[in-house]
Amino acid sequence: MEGIILAIVLVLIVVGTTIITFVGPWGLPELASNWGSIDSMIIVTTIVTMIAFIAVNAVMAYFIYRYRHRDGRRAVYLVNDHRLEKILIIVTSIGIVFLLAPGLFVYSSFIQPPADALKLEVVSQQWAWAYRYPGADGKLGRSNIRFIDAKNSLGVDLKDPAGQDDVAISAGGTLHLPVNKPVELELRAKDVLHSFYVPQFRVKMDTVPGGITRLWFTPNKAGTFEVLCAELCGIGHYKMKSSVIVESEEEFQKWLKQQPTVSQTLGTK
Amino acid sequence: MQEHAAGLPETHGHEETHQHEPTGFWTKYIFSQDHKVIAMQYTITALLVGVVGMVFSWLMRLQLAFPGQLSLIQPDNYLQFMTQHGMIMVIYLLTAFLLGGFGNYLIPLMIGARDMAFPFLNMMSYWTYFVSVILLFAAFIVPGGPSGGGWTIYPPQSILPGASPGSEWGIRLLLMSLAVFVASGTMGGLNYVTTVLQLRAKGMTLMYLPLSVWGIFVASVLALLAFPALFVGGVMLLLDSLAGTSFFIPLVNQFGRQLGHEGGNPILFQHLFWYFGHPEVYIVILPAMGVVSDIIANFSRKPIFGYKAMVISILAIGGLSFLVWAHHMFVSGMNPYFAFWFAIATLAVAIPSAVKTYNWMLTLWGGNLWFTTPMLYAIGFVSTFVAGGLTGLYLGNTAVDVPLTDTYFVVAHFHLVMGVSAILGIFAGIYYWFPKAIGRMYNETLGKLHFWVTFVGTYAIFFPMYWLGAAGMPRRYYTNEAVTQLPPSSHELNIFITIAALTVGAAQLVFAFNLVWSIFKGKKAEGNPWKATSLEWQTPQTPPVHGNWGPTEPVVYRWAYDYSVPGASQDFTPQNVAGGPAQKAKASGKTKH
Ligand code: HEM
Ligand SMILES: [Cu+2]
Ligand SMILES: [Cu+2]
Repeated sequence: MEGIILAIVLVLIVVGTTIITFVGPWGLPELASNWGSIDSMIIVTTIVTMIAFIAVNAVMAYFIYRYRHRDGRRAVYLVNDHRLEKILIIVTSIGIVFLLAPGLFVYSSFIQPPADALKLEVVSQQWAWAYRYPGADGKLGRSNIRFIDAKNSLGVDLKDPAGQDDVAISAGGTLHLPVNKPVELELRAKDVLHSFYVPQFRVKMDTVPGGITRLWFTPNKAGTFEVLCAELCGIGHYKMKSSVIVESEEEFQKWLKQQPTVSQTLGTK
Repeated sequence: MQEHAAGLPETHGHEETHQHEPTGFWTKYIFSQDHKVIAMQYTITALLVGVVGMVFSWLMRLQLAFPGQLSLIQPDNYLQFMTQHGMIMVIYLLTAFLLGGFGNYLIPLMIGARDMAFPFLNMMSYWTYFVSVILLFAAFIVPGGPSGGGWTIYPPQSILPGASPGSEWGIRLLLMSLAVFVASGTMGGLNYVTTVLQLRAKGMTLMYLPLSVWGIFVASVLALLAFPALFVGGVMLLLDSLAGTSFFIPLVNQFGRQLGHEGGNPILFQHLFWYFGHPEVYIVILPAMGVVSDIIANFSRKPIFGYKAMVISILAIGGLSFLVWAHHMFVSGMNPYFAFWFAIATLAVAIPSAVKTYNWMLTLWGGNLWFTTPMLYAIGFVSTFVAGGLTGLYLGNTAVDVPLTDTYFVVAHFHLVMGVSAILGIFAGIYYWFPKAIGRMYNETLGKLHFWVTFVGTYAIFFPMYWLGAAGMPRRYYTNEAVTQLPPSSHELNIFITIAALTVGAAQLVFAFNLVWSIFKGKKAEGNPWKATSLEWQTPQTPPVHGNWGPTEPVVYRWAYDYSVPGASQDFTPQNVAGGPAQKAKASGKTKH
């Protein structure tokens, strides 16, 4: 009796989870960047793993039903079957290579930002995000934790001429990005680890105090998205948020021009 | 008790300590050196600590379903519950239970030894574990409370005042507790490894060992190799916190104030942690896999399919587990090119894991399946292990991991593959060996009730977390109210998960009642109620007494899986029975039907 129930329960579990996985309201939020290749990988992986999940449980359910104890039967004495073992190993390995190889291709583009990317800086702290854009010279000035003070909250090195025209959006501000232009973020942290995460862009990267980490993507849908922190950073982790506004190049340039430069804010020069 | 150890044959020259059965209460039950008593001590302690871990999970689930409505749960103690829950479950419950509980009970009995190689060390291992538990709970009464830095205790956040709760004495006590636990695990591990290698009964070759012993043995080796990394990382972190060193803390500016550290590297800690942490998950899953293999073979009345492949898989998983640690660090900021290697090695682990799964299924094929409570749990284990393990193919494949890591997708993955799977394996083992260890039967109806609620409930709790994770619900969040891209219905889903978690929690009361009631009132058990082949079922007394085997130690003639051998009169032939058709069937290579 238990055998029959267990077989039914296993089948119901796979049917239920499979249906909801494919038609349920919870899934990837709508993509808003170039990383469609990551989405394709997720879809392919979902199909492959779901087939395996269904197969394992269905076959088990069948065996459970078929070979449940009945009086007078005796089990088959089967110790091994090398041929079957080999076939299964080969099929599994093919499946894995089939998922891994394209995955590694996607990853290698993930870590190679295009040369024409707009470079800008993300600075994280407990519990807010700040940003810095290069000015007209297209170069971010040097910065260091040492230079942080009440006014210079990002620690821009005021002796570096490249930094004078940078535009700093202090903690709590909003990130603006031009649509369809690759951006490369240089991520920094002032205090502890954080992680820059925008679900619709499919990207995430930790920020590490004492170093710089990098992340690139091309936002391809105008709109406002949420920046979340994805690495535990203390009590305020859950509310460490910011927005990113993706807009046309003109709107972006117009907005950027309205922002004061570092030398204006700090009164240098 | 009458035929106690006096005058036992000196088969292995290690017997002095067993010559005298202790008689006083203290030496018999408290400072006992008998592996079976120590196993009970580990089991009971780990289960009680586990209850605390489970209560914390309810509190977290209540907060996630009803954010802000329980004034008891604030952002700081949410993180504390979370951190302590994770630590307790992984280390103080699962590791302690599987190695200290099952390892202690099963190794000597299954290999035909009278006790562990170092009984005194064994006792010390338990009491050292006990001290680590005291230190763990001591953190609850120091100012600031226990650490809320996550079970991964990543610096700088875990030790910088004002970052996470308990970042002063809470984390220090936790680190001390972990260091003491490592000492305990090392004593235990050395003992288990030595015992398996040195004290096997006559005739018990390595390839005759039941898979439970293989699982525990390889897990012990992993523990010996992995724990030192945790120890070193923990001590360095403790120094950063107490002595102002800067192993892991660079120059930082926190809340506008520059702190005194300079030059450290936070990522170094992550490497040390995961060099321990990844093998750690196999330390808990390998023994559970072994136990499940033995239970499935027994209740299928069939040899385990592909024994040799099972052993090789255990060894392969154990070996690979030291080569994959940085798959936890794909977005940590480590050199991005490392990821190629770690992705390849990680997906390679899928092959031996799949082999094990196929072999469990093929063991069922053609069997004469007997659905006792332990069998149900063992099959449940296979199902949840697969449900969790398959998503390793997302998280190990770097590019796919990027959007999913640090969301509930990961929470679903590790709970299914190593959290609840290991728990289901533990339940399978508890029910299976209960008659031997206690001498009474548990109540089968209650056992099955416990199974159905726990098994179905487990899926109800954790499978939906995959969907929430894909939708972008980050982990370690006190509340998701402000995460706007989540569909509103994810809130209902969170309530559903919480209800399932509380229901599963309630089902554990059935388990507790069944245990306690059966210890006193259960039906008297026969020595070998499951008609099993392995040695622990062949002891002269049930429960086995001090010295395990009476006057003569068992001699082993066959492997542990001679079930339903053609031509044999019974459908099982114990390992200590000589001759018979089984060996011929094996020797002639006629293995396929
Ligand atoms: C019914 C049982 C369980 C429930 C309802 C449960 C629930 C939870 C919840 C709600 C979290 C916090 C997620 C977050 O905020 O990010 C969590 C974290 C965790 N759980 Fe469980 N859990 C259960 C059993 C287990 C078991 C058996 C293990 C053993 C491995 C385990 C290990 C962990 C770990 C390691 C974490 C991560 C802690 C951290 O993020 O630092 N849990 N669990
Ligand atoms: Cu955070
Ligand atoms: Cu891992």
